[in-house]
Amino acid sequence: MTTTVRDIREQGLGRTLRRDAWWMAPLATAVVLGAFGIYATWVAWIDRQYQWGPYLSPFYSPFFEPSWWPLSPAFLILWVPLGFRATCYYYRKAYYRAFFMDPPACAVGEARHAYKGETALFVLQNVHRFFLYLAILLVFILAYDVVLATRWPVAGVAPAGEAALGPREFGIGVGTVVMAVNVVLLGIYTFSCHSLRHLVGGRTDCYSCTTFGRTRYRLWRGVTALNEQHMLWAWTSLFSVGLTDVYIRLCAAGVITDLRLL
Amino acid sequence: MAMRRFEVFRGTREAGALQEYGVECDEGMVVLDAMHRLQADQAPDMAVRWNCKAGKCGSCSAEINGSPRLMCMTRLSDYPEDRPITVTPMRAFPLVRDLVTDVSWNYEMSRRIPPFQPRAPDNPDGTWRMYQYEVERPQEFRKCIECFLCQDVCHVLRTHGKHAEFIGPAFLVRAAAYELHPLDMADRTGYLKDEGGIGYCNITKCCTEVCPEDIRITDNAIIPLKERVVDAHYDPIARLLGRLFAR
Ligand code: SF4
Ligand code: SF4
Ligand code: FES
Ligand code: FES
Repeated sequence: MTTTVRDIREQGLGRTLRRDAWWMAPLATAVVLGAFGIYATWVAWIDRQYQWGPYLSPFYSPFFEPSWWPLSPAFLILWVPLGFRATCYYYRKAYYRAFFMDPPACAVGEARHAYKGETALFVLQNVHRFFLYLAILLVFILAYDVVLATRWPVAGVAPAGEAALGPREFGIGVGTVVMAVNVVLLGIYTFSCHSLRHLVGGRTDCYSCTTFGRTRYRLWRGVTALNEQHMLWAWTSLFSVGLTDVYIRLCAAGVITDLRLL
Repeated sequence: MAMRRFEVFRGTREAGALQEYGVECDEGMVVLDAMHRLQADQAPDMAVRWNCKAGKCGSCSAEINGSPRLMCMTRLSDYPEDRPITVTPMRAFPLVRDLVTDVSWNYEMSRRIPPFQPRAPDNPDGTWRMYQYEVERPQEFRKCIECFLCQDVCHVLRTHGKHAEFIGPAFLVRAAAYELHPLDMADRTGYLKDEGGIGYCNITKCCTEVCPEDIRITDNAIIPLKERVVDAHYDPIARLLGRLFAR
């Protein structure tokens, strides 16, 4: 079969002269993001086992349950991290490739469609920085949850997870460490954001002629250092959120016993 | 000496096909060497464009096994010997013949970018003062050798043919070289949003993957420009603050 000038135009999904396993990365992304999406929806939906002793699952924090709200309280919070990640420059790349296949990989053909990029509906991605403001707030709230996870009831925790009433004392369990690692990773992910990089100093052209120019430059350098690995932080923090919930959920279900370290 | 097999695109815009050749290759050869030997020994009428053979002129851009690359910087030893190496012309531009494409559209786009517009000189002798640390960002973009591999791989141009609406990553890099420069006064956000078509880029990063100069096109040029467009056109708070604090 001869390849003609027409064939090399890559018309049609997956048409390419590439011979490497270009489909691996989008496939892996689709599987992992898809699995996380299903897990998160399930966790939010079932509305139980999100608490054990002083631990609170990040999917349910900050916790509030107004009487007029018919669904799980998780849905009152989850739109913030969901919106933040859905509009994140890295995740955009990941899902445009993995789910929209636009393109599935570089120099690989796409299904025929009218392409608008981020000029039409997806112009809404530009709200990313507003989600960033909320996400920063959320990092502080989750950090406060870690502080609360060091306040143990003196009278102990019932096996089902209810903390006994009465005074509290300082303590650290494996869950506290899990929650702390999670908040650190989430913090790094949030503070490595492209929009933050822009806002703290990227928008400045002439650092030597602006007020606080040096400070802005230093902040920009700091965020840039984190931003260079933004993809790494996007994934590690996604896993840590999921695993923190899994840990607390398993404690609450009595499948594992939390180990008190201090 | 080892015989290596190649499938090279031969033909014009209207008709053409991959043709198989066997070429005697020596150790250390790059794809461009093999094309030259092929041209010298078997296909004297084959069109190949090149200039420096050092990865600096950006002339020898083509696609090797389907991936956009500089022929002079691609070693044969990177490819398994048991399969032919495919060499095809860039796809985002009109074909002239064989491996040569007409890249003049790029120069047209380059001309349309609002030019560098320095502030008034800082000193009476007509000179400016700036610091290395603040000019480093635009300096990364000056490494561009105009090979147009990023334009070629960008699906907005390559697959969707939006040459009329989108200037492509190479010229977003160029625009960023001006826009982020400490002396520059012009505001290109309106241009980038409308004629430049920056919204067509969906930051899928293929341009960054192929750039032979390792310019972090998406992270350092396109996303910062997108953020500036947001400041000027989509963020009411930034517009307000922008009036209060000068850039
Ligand atoms: S990141 Fe944007 S400019 Fe670069 S290849 Fe992808 S769509 Fe094109
Ligand atoms: S940005 Fe990189 S890939 Fe694009 S034209 Fe310049 S050197 Fe080539
Ligand atoms: S760009 Fe990824 S979080 Fe902002
Ligand atoms: S010949 Fe100059 S870059 Fe390859």
